[in-house]
Amino acid sequence: MSTTNNIAQARKLVEQLRIEAGIERIKVSKAAAELMNYCEQHARGDPLLVGVPASENPFKDKKPCIIL
Amino acid sequence: MSERGVTLLSACISNGSFSCPQHWACPPAEMCDQTFLAITFGPCDCCSDTKPLMNIYLKNEPVNYCSLCVERMACQGLQPNETLATLKMESETLKTKLEEERAKLHDVELHQVAERVEALGQFVMKTRRTLKGHGNKVLCMDWCKDKRRIVSSSQDGKVIVWDAFTTNKEHAVTMPCTWVMACAYAPSGCAVACGGLDNKCSVYPLSLDKNENLAAKKKSVAMHTNYLSACSFTNSDMQILTSSGDGTCALWDVESGQLLQSFHGHSADVLCLDLAPSETGNTFVSGGCDKKANVWDMRSGQCIQSFETHESDINSVRYYPSGDAFASGSDDATCRLYDLRADREVAIYSKESIIFGASSVDFSLSGRLLFGGYNDYTINVWDVLKGTRVSILFGHENRVSTLRVSPDGTAFCSGSWDHTLRIWA
Repeated sequence: MSTTNNIAQARKLVEQLRIEAGIERIKVSKAAAELMNYCEQHARGDPLLVGVPASENPFKDKKPCIIL
Repeated sequence: MSERGVTLLSACISNGSFSCPQHWACPPAEMCDQTFLAITFGPCDCCSDTKPLMNIYLKNEPVNYCSLCVERMACQGLQPNETLATLKMESETLKTKLEEERAKLHDVELHQVAERVEALGQFVMKTRRTLKGHGNKVLCMDWCKDKRRIVSSSQDGKVIVWDAFTTNKEHAVTMPCTWVMACAYAPSGCAVACGGLDNKCSVYPLSLDKNENLAAKKKSVAMHTNYLSACSFTNSDMQILTSSGDGTCALWDVESGQLLQSFHGHSADVLCLDLAPSETGNTFVSGGCDKKANVWDMRSGQCIQSFETHESDINSVRYYPSGDAFASGSDDATCRLYDLRADREVAIYSKESIIFGASSVDFSLSGRLLFGGYNDYTINVWDVLKGTRVSILFGHENRVSTLRVSPDGTAFCSGSWDHTLRIWA
């Protein structure tokens, strides 16, 4: 019956919203600071960010080899 | 007493009889088609009060109920004081409360906090390899953990495993369906999973013997009722997570093909998913055509957080490397960053000049750069913290449909409707 389906759906929605409303949240300033910290800590190890010399990056072209 | 129940009852009593209409909302108490009103007086079969009784049939058995009990039966399905209207009102108040709670913590914008961070310099990224071999649009690709192999799938049903260093094709499989929209490499590197319009996800073990027919060893794992849009192995070769056009995501056991958990909550096709980085536990995020990005607990099947700020389909979602946030790319031409602990969107990556949808996004290893593949054939590189575009990469001759950064972060690969894949570094 469409009415009981609607009731069941509405109840599910209310339950879901109750769960979501109840979670713990932190301030954006704190979350942003932690994202920034993560970036700074790992920046040095990020090849696309800081660039690695061609000899270490298998995709970058190396100087052609000379066969002696 | 529900309004409708009263109306029905008075109508019934006034014309001296009542039939059991199909529109009485009480499936648990199945009433038959024809009933008669016979006014008798005596103890009610339900509540035992001595009252005027109605002689009705329940599940083909004649019973005598008082009018109050008949009314109560009509309202079965609702708790006391609960009606559809009160439930709707409660959901509206909860939604407002949710917005208020989120807004309370919105004290600053990410790019404001990031002002003190050094700006990034110029980036020179070029196509270092072009992988040619697909006969039609490339729809999906994935890297192997060995950082050099790639699996890609295309519209013509072909799934190819490449060695990205040498651009050689190592394996090729032809799927029985077209539009293979999803493919994934197993963590061990010994198998690939793929699927699309066949509504299934199939796993092919890769063998070292080039002559062996891979299609013979194919294992069908997932079964959906609509197309497969994305798939991913979990931390092992033993479980696969899938998302589908049927609006659900599902977790499967590869060996037995058994459904371990299903995830319901999207109201339209689910287009993408991404698993949280292993350190942060058992969650994954999915994005769909209902403009929502949902975060799920893999064990319980529960949706723990939901974000709805995009204005169109979400084509791609990717976790930030720390697992505390995720980015999404959408047909509304924006990419957005959502922080899971602040429970809100914290950044939008957009420009007025970008009007085509973003089909796929991925982060660099440190999370500072966000690469977005767009339907206008370009790849835009964004500074995640400052919200500015750092670089725009040209090269593809048709839509960029898929983009992934390699596991060690030395390069990223993009696949396009121009039938090629490009490795950029």
